[in-house]
Amino acid sequence: MTDRTGRNPKDLAFERASALFAFAVLALTVLLFAVLLRESMPAIRKFGAQFLVSGTWDPVLDQYGALPFLYGTLVSSFLAILIAVPLSVGAAIFIVEFAPEWLKKPVSFLAELLAAIPSVIYGLWGIFVMVPVLRDFLMKPAAKHLGWIPFFKGPVYGPSVLAAGWLLSIMIVPFILSVSREVLATVPQRQKEAVLSLGGTRWEMIRIVIGQHCIPGIFGATVLGLGRALGETMAVTMVIGNRPEVFLSLFQQGYSMAAVIANEFAEAGGLQLSSLILIGLLLFLVTFAVNLAAKWILKKMVARASRGI
Amino acid sequence: MKRKFGALTAVLAAIALSFAGAPPALAADPLMINGAGATFPYPLYSKWFYEYSNANPGVRFNYQSIGSGGGIKQVTAGTVDFGATDAPMTEEELGKLPGAILHIPTAIGAVVIVYNLDKVESGLKLTPDVLAGIYLGKITRWNDTKIAELNKTVTLPNADIVVSHRSDGSGTTDIFTNYLTTVNTEWRAKVGRGKSVNWPVGLGGKGNEGVAGVVKQTPGAIGYVELAYAKQNKMKVASLRNKDGNFVAPTLEATSAAAAGVAKSMPADFRVSLVDAPGKDAWPISGLTWLLVYKEQKDASKGKALVQFLKWAVKDGQKMEAALDYAALPKAVAEKVDQALRQITHGGKSLY
Repeated sequence: MTDRTGRNPKDLAFERASALFAFAVLALTVLLFAVLLRESMPAIRKFGAQFLVSGTWDPVLDQYGALPFLYGTLVSSFLAILIAVPLSVGAAIFIVEFAPEWLKKPVSFLAELLAAIPSVIYGLWGIFVMVPVLRDFLMKPAAKHLGWIPFFKGPVYGPSVLAAGWLLSIMIVPFILSVSREVLATVPQRQKEAVLSLGGTRWEMIRIVIGQHCIPGIFGATVLGLGRALGETMAVTMVIGNRPEVFLSLFQQGYSMAAVIANEFAEAGGLQLSSLILIGLLLFLVTFAVNLAAKWILKKMVARASRGI
Repeated sequence: MKRKFGALTAVLAAIALSFAGAPPALAADPLMINGAGATFPYPLYSKWFYEYSNANPGVRFNYQSIGSGGGIKQVTAGTVDFGATDAPMTEEELGKLPGAILHIPTAIGAVVIVYNLDKVESGLKLTPDVLAGIYLGKITRWNDTKIAELNKTVTLPNADIVVSHRSDGSGTTDIFTNYLTTVNTEWRAKVGRGKSVNWPVGLGGKGNEGVAGVVKQTPGAIGYVELAYAKQNKMKVASLRNKDGNFVAPTLEATSAAAAGVAKSMPADFRVSLVDAPGKDAWPISGLTWLLVYKEQKDASKGKALVQFLKWAVKDGQKMEAALDYAALPKAVAEKVDQALRQITHGGKSLY
């Protein structure tokens, strides 16, 4: 504050301008929230908290509830994380630690290229290639032999929560992979050498280095992937089966919040429209909550990691 | 930096010059008529607008296929010169309009039942009750006696029926559920009719292509799509028993026959449902698609051009329908529509 008088006026103008942009972003978020809230008021007034726990979605009787969509979004996204994190982190370790020089560039380039494919292409590929393969080689045998586990109960049709999670995992791999790779690359060479010089194996080196240094970064990458999975619309709606019901079995159909908005928005009116906007508001809040929780966990992790070193 | 700007200025100047040098024919503004609405008749309307504008260079059309609901919203708000819809406007929707509106039928669409059974050819016979039973989740196997006794010559597989339906709100679903509501009391009580409904069973696919995708990829699947879509993708289609008790295969002729069946009882405002129409050859899941035009036109020249176009559409335009897999209006209906166009006015005077 005290040095303001001595400032170059151009500096000051730049500072003001950048502050304006920062506030514009903030204002945009607030405005978005306000509009969603205003437009969803009729549905909030009609259904109240019931909206969160009701599993009915009936446009004919004008009865709406968000539970199947919340469930479908969360389950498919966490499934995606479950598959994508080991895959991406494993690939990142290989690229940073083991891959010969000539292989590093092409592998990371191709992996990152996955991020540039439009989601509708993923969806089409999902319908025509992934779903039949998953159905015949994974879901059918699993339902036959492990059908007594509620998660793997048949009947198996193909489009399902599992298919959605699987497709999402492929879509978020490039995000988690590239951030994990960057994080791994920041480990000081000396630390690695220190572990090796103390007689550690390569595996011990990686385990210690990742444990000490990279977990927070990889966690951050995971949250980035999760954020993308939660909001993904087109690809999910093409393979999830679009059935607004809560099934325990991953082989059954589901529905996601983004998918129902995309599907029904164009022809909706009245209470149905308001309910769809309320689902949008919930999606906004879910993403917000996930990010907030992630920030908090990250802070704890960083604190612990720095104590450990 | 300076040099860069110099280059930019030169480019801009060149662009400006190219506009200035445009032939004078384009400079005379053609009349632009804006419309929005249903996606189902979009390929037909595009063809019409293209052909009509070629013959009448003074008139151009801009049509946004945003869906029937969107078309009704836009025409109610007055942001477009005409709307288009696959479902007639409800009394409630009509009440919100600033003035009286005409429903002008332009074509007939059919919804057909498609399935994926390896060893069964096209033409599997279904009755309204069996179809409703399948979509209610009461008939779950292909070799169910209710299906088998209709198809004695066909070997039906002992397999699950995988029901598929549209997940997006659509006029196609409205016609299909309207049909089931009309022919089956249990469907009417449990589910009802709408652009999207609470399906008792089944997988949702987005758009015709989504349902077709599910049906093609899933052995034992059944679904419903527009006739044109099934034809162009060479999908197996079921025959359905119509109101007169005949099993009818879905064709353009059978669809037109459905409209002919109700031609005599056609109400003056054309807001009529063609599902379960009488007539021995009528395909029972058919529906009209309409253009929505205000009776009193605000702009005389636009109104006049629109009426001229509509006259052309219900006469010459009908000849283009079959090539695009739409069923044409039967002659009796087309003539009735032509008469109704006289009601479109500006300042109280007919624009016909």
